[in-house]
Amino acid sequence: MKLSSLPRAELRRRLRQEGLGLNIGPFTIRLNSPLTVVAEGLEQLYGAFTLTSDTDFIDFRVALNAPPGLRRWFRPQVIFSFDGFIPFKPLPQIQAFAMFEWGLNWVIANNAHQYLIIHAAVIERNGVVCILPGTPGSGKSTLCAALVCKGWRLLSDEMALISTATGDIYPVPRPVSLKNQSIEIIQNYSSDAVMGEVVMDTAKGIVSHMRPPQMSVEQSAQQGAPGLIVFPKYTAGEEPCLVSLTRASALLKVAENSFNYSVLGLQGFDVLGDLISKCDCYEFSYQSLDAAKETLEALI
Amino acid sequence: MPPESILLQFLSGSVEIELIDDPATCELLLRQARSANLLSRVAVLCAEKNLTPRLPQRMQNHLQSAQAVAMANHRSVKWETKQLERALAIGKIPFCLLKGGAYVVGRSVAAKGRVFSDVDILVPKERLDETERLLIESGWMCTNFDPYDQRYYRSWMHELPPLQHLKRGTTLDVHHAIIPPTARIKSDIDKFWECAHKVAKRELLYVPGDQDLILHSAVHLFCDGELENGLRDLSDLDLLLRDSSVSDDFWSGLLARAVVLNLQRPLFYALRYCHVLLQTPVPVQVLDVATQGSPGKWSVKWMDFLFCRALAPDHISCNDRWTGLARWILFVRSHWLRMPPLQLAQHLARKGYKRWKKRKASV
Repeated sequence: MKLSSLPRAELRRRLRQEGLGLNIGPFTIRLNSPLTVVAEGLEQLYGAFTLTSDTDFIDFRVALNAPPGLRRWFRPQVIFSFDGFIPFKPLPQIQAFAMFEWGLNWVIANNAHQYLIIHAAVIERNGVVCILPGTPGSGKSTLCAALVCKGWRLLSDEMALISTATGDIYPVPRPVSLKNQSIEIIQNYSSDAVMGEVVMDTAKGIVSHMRPPQMSVEQSAQQGAPGLIVFPKYTAGEEPCLVSLTRASALLKVAENSFNYSVLGLQGFDVLGDLISKCDCYEFSYQSLDAAKETLEALI
Repeated sequence: MPPESILLQFLSGSVEIELIDDPATCELLLRQARSANLLSRVAVLCAEKNLTPRLPQRMQNHLQSAQAVAMANHRSVKWETKQLERALAIGKIPFCLLKGGAYVVGRSVAAKGRVFSDVDILVPKERLDETERLLIESGWMCTNFDPYDQRYYRSWMHELPPLQHLKRGTTLDVHHAIIPPTARIKSDIDKFWECAHKVAKRELLYVPGDQDLILHSAVHLFCDGELENGLRDLSDLDLLLRDSSVSDDFWSGLLARAVVLNLQRPLFYALRYCHVLLQTPVPVQVLDVATQGSPGKWSVKWMDFLFCRALAPDHISCNDRWTGLARWILFVRSHWLRMPPLQLAQHLARKGYKRWKKRKASV
């Protein structure tokens, strides 16, 4: 059963009481929150996700609550907790939904070392998975959002989960996080893009999340085979420029962008080496999204 | 009594089949173990019992993930040890690993799935200043420059203020004794050094003697008051005791050693709570002899009330309405044991005032 077929009142009741169970990529989560911002964010962006059944094993239990005390009324705040553990300082309550996304990123990056996890957007076309590792400001999420609006499959806008057992990539399609001007750029680029609430003044500037394509969510269970690694860089006023990278330097660059390369030790090196050997690797600077799309589609 | 904990039952060796048959039980074990920092130990124990492949796939994933973290911890501590040896080689200062680091480098049974966030070492007191200077020269820096905290550590505590490595970010606690000099119990640190083993093929690196490993673990758990990892440390003791108890003269040796180091009280608590909470097979006669270290019948009842709560996993499913209070009282107790009353009053007043000032500044 999908979240979108859950009546409004029932969704809110579950969030308040036993928790709302969701299948998110390979993970099962249960979310508790009495906050309206969270319920509305889920309705806008998580409609295509399936619910867990009562007997399912839950990987991660998370909650978003208002801290106790006077702050309930005066500049209200929100606290993210992971099964009772509070990893971050509270944020203004208006950022509660964004905090759910950030909190879940943190939980996965710290508790799923059965994967080599790379900080990257991951998309697929014609059965070839393309990994876009990104330092902040590289424009990976913008490029990713644009491509998935034009038919590419979204595997993740934040992390590539590479199975340490098989080397396959596990999809975790979730809302795509867009910042500042990117929000308007994507809205203008595609009429298919559905945005959640726009939140001002976060630590990352203005933030909004784009709903993941329904097809991508429905295909969450299908692992992908890696074939392409592209390091994107948004560069104003330039024609798209693709520069081939040697495998050795690509390996070092991907390792730098990994959340848990050092946790996995030798195994991490082996998995990464195996990944790189299956991929063509490039650095890519672009300005226009259309031209970028053409260049990348020509590679596949 | 607080609610029964599936994690305590698992560590005692009394649940196995339930985990295979019931995913809900398995999930509860995951949650309790994760919050007690014991998930990687559960992973190792499941693997040893050949239980892992029969568990739900999701549980297997979590166990695999936790084991990776423990292995990374172990690599890191071995590397840090090498760096320390290099730093201290200039002054030829011997150093002894304590707790987690000692379990890993000394290949103790308590290394199984042990995770830790800092490295603890012991150096001879007369070499303390020189140690600090050499460590600073090699990149370990003090992170807390508050003058009161500096004085607190340097004149009253058994360790320097924590050091952090500039590049690697690892935390190092440098001890010169196993108990603060201001504490009521006194233990002769020279006797501790006498029984330390030098690690094979290493110049300056020592680990505590086998009995002292247990006794220090007991002191740390029952006198230091940092109970966030209380159950993890109790499980260390349980593994150490189970492992050593196979040799005949182990128990008499341990009891005698506690007398030499004047640590009968912490040993009494260690044996009692290992036995009560984790079913550690401590012979009845040994428990009897250990009561020489008991604080008295009524005090023990009171301590049972506190420790049976505070040593349970720090998870919502294990708390009763007294748990929070019990942890707080034990925290206060650890300070009480550490300093004479007047000094404690000063310390608390000082800390309280600073907290109040900080809060005022942030509003």
